[in-house]
Amino acid sequence: MFAAPTLNLWVITPLIILTVWAIILMFIDLFIPAGKKQWTGWLTLVGLIPALALTLMQWGQTGGAFIAEGGQPMVVVDNFATFLNTLYLLTGILAVFISVSYIRDAGLERGEYYFLMLFSIVGMMLMGMANDLILIFLALELLSIPLYILSGFDTGSDTSEESALKYFLLGAFSSAFFLFGIALTYGATGTTSLPVILDTISLDDPLALAALGMLLVGFAFKVGAVPFHMWTPDVYEGAPTSVVAFMSIGAKVAGFAALMRVLGQGFPMWGELWQPAIVVISALTMIVGNFAAVRQQNIKRMLAYSGIANAGYILIGVAASATDPEAISASLYYMLAYLFTNIGAFAVVIAVEKLDGQKGLLVEDYKGLAKRHLLLSLALAYFMFSLVGIPLTGGFTAKFYVFGAGVTAGLYWLVVIGAITSVVSAFYYLRPVLYAFMYEGPAVARVSRGLMFVLVVAVFATLVFGIFPGPWYELASQATFGNVATFVAGG
Amino acid sequence: MTNEVLQNWQFIFIFVALSPIFPAAPVILNRLLGPQKPNAIKQQTYECGIETVGDTWIQFKVQYYIYALIFVVFDIEAVFLFPIAAAWGLLGLFAVFEVALFIIILAVGLYYAWNRGALEWF
Repeated sequence: MFAAPTLNLWVITPLIILTVWAIILMFIDLFIPAGKKQWTGWLTLVGLIPALALTLMQWGQTGGAFIAEGGQPMVVVDNFATFLNTLYLLTGILAVFISVSYIRDAGLERGEYYFLMLFSIVGMMLMGMANDLILIFLALELLSIPLYILSGFDTGSDTSEESALKYFLLGAFSSAFFLFGIALTYGATGTTSLPVILDTISLDDPLALAALGMLLVGFAFKVGAVPFHMWTPDVYEGAPTSVVAFMSIGAKVAGFAALMRVLGQGFPMWGELWQPAIVVISALTMIVGNFAAVRQQNIKRMLAYSGIANAGYILIGVAASATDPEAISASLYYMLAYLFTNIGAFAVVIAVEKLDGQKGLLVEDYKGLAKRHLLLSLALAYFMFSLVGIPLTGGFTAKFYVFGAGVTAGLYWLVVIGAITSVVSAFYYLRPVLYAFMYEGPAVARVSRGLMFVLVVAVFATLVFGIFPGPWYELASQATFGNVATFVAGG
Repeated sequence: MTNEVLQNWQFIFIFVALSPIFPAAPVILNRLLGPQKPNAIKQQTYECGIETVGDTWIQFKVQYYIYALIFVVFDIEAVFLFPIAAAWGLLGLFAVFEVALFIIILAVGLYYAWNRGALEWF
């Protein structure tokens, strides 16, 4: 006899709103004439803002959806998921403001852009909420497939198509690793549900060890950690800049969300086993990301390597969480601060980019920017200072908390590497700033109203995180698994 | 036990052994019995009886992949509807709504593709 699972649909109401709205928007878009597609863009907010409001209302609540009889929920909502969902929705809203003028000026204006973005956000949110490996895989694909299309959105440009193809092939490759990991986990434990894995896995099972390794490889691909980072610079260079701004945050945070949940809720008792792996990946990621960024002439490639380096810093908190589950709050806070700094930096890149044939993307193209656009240059300087980690910026407090978590966990040499590579990063982050202020040059920028809004929000948020980090860090520390009781069966 | 399984399989083995004979026999007999007087026209590649024009290794229009993609819509619909239809009596009203929702989503997808001209051949 078939027994319908307990649904608890309130858990996924934000997801339902976004999905339904994306489908309706797809329909509406058919009747919006070409040339007026910015309406589709602004209408995206009609889905994103209620979803954000509902997500904020879910703060502090814990629950599961799709619970089979006597089993575990497939989807959970807890502070961890809610915190990250807020991040994705904020990224989505800011990305809409960035995109509308950008894709119109770049001649890419098609309505598909926006609802693909909505679908991708649904995938990201599901990544952090999924309580079952199969669902994480589904979320991963839901998040990735729209991004493959979006990176190739500039169909006339060879680099954009190259970027989409590379992203697609390597993404599919990493999905295969992940899927293999799921299969092995299932072989070792007979389940794909994270809480049940925790209960049934045996510590000396080589199959489970291989499974964990495969899962780690899959996640490392998604977050762009060394040695699985190769796709990042090429994809970021070719894809439309507004898409890069969106995915450099959203896809990365979603990868971390699933990584943290799998390690923290599926394999927490294997901490001393996976901690060394994460530590090595983190160290390599910081070193390779920062040193490779030094040589980049193209600002999008530079920000790609910067993204790799930042993944390394976030991983310090993940590594520390092996001994202290509370430590991921540092990583969560880092991602919150990184979101605003990074989207601000990309907003400046978009302002300076000239849309006829991918120009204005070299670091040298920033020469003399401050002469004509002083405020924009100051914003650029502020974001770059934040990425380096200079005090009074969100980047500084984020690094401070992450390094603090590393020290508390006894990962001293990892923190030393982090500090040294931060110094190295100053070299490449400050180069465009130096060019903007100290050199003469023809750099010009166009700041549309949408970009202006994003820049103001990003500067303001980075400033707030830099000066009053306390309450925000407090929120992040309420979002760790330690404060959330593992879900009770049947609940 | 093992014996029983083997006995069930023995017919399959017999069929597998016999089946190649049926397509092979006409070809071999033809070779042995038929008169062999080749000429240029007989040696040509057979393509539905029409004379071959140009090289076979040319690029084809790939537009039909869109048809293939749209076909997938119906494919998935069928794959999910059959099991639901089979368990219809057990599922109740909940399943009716689910299926209706599912079909509406697919229909919107099809309408979208249609409206965008995916079904036009150009």
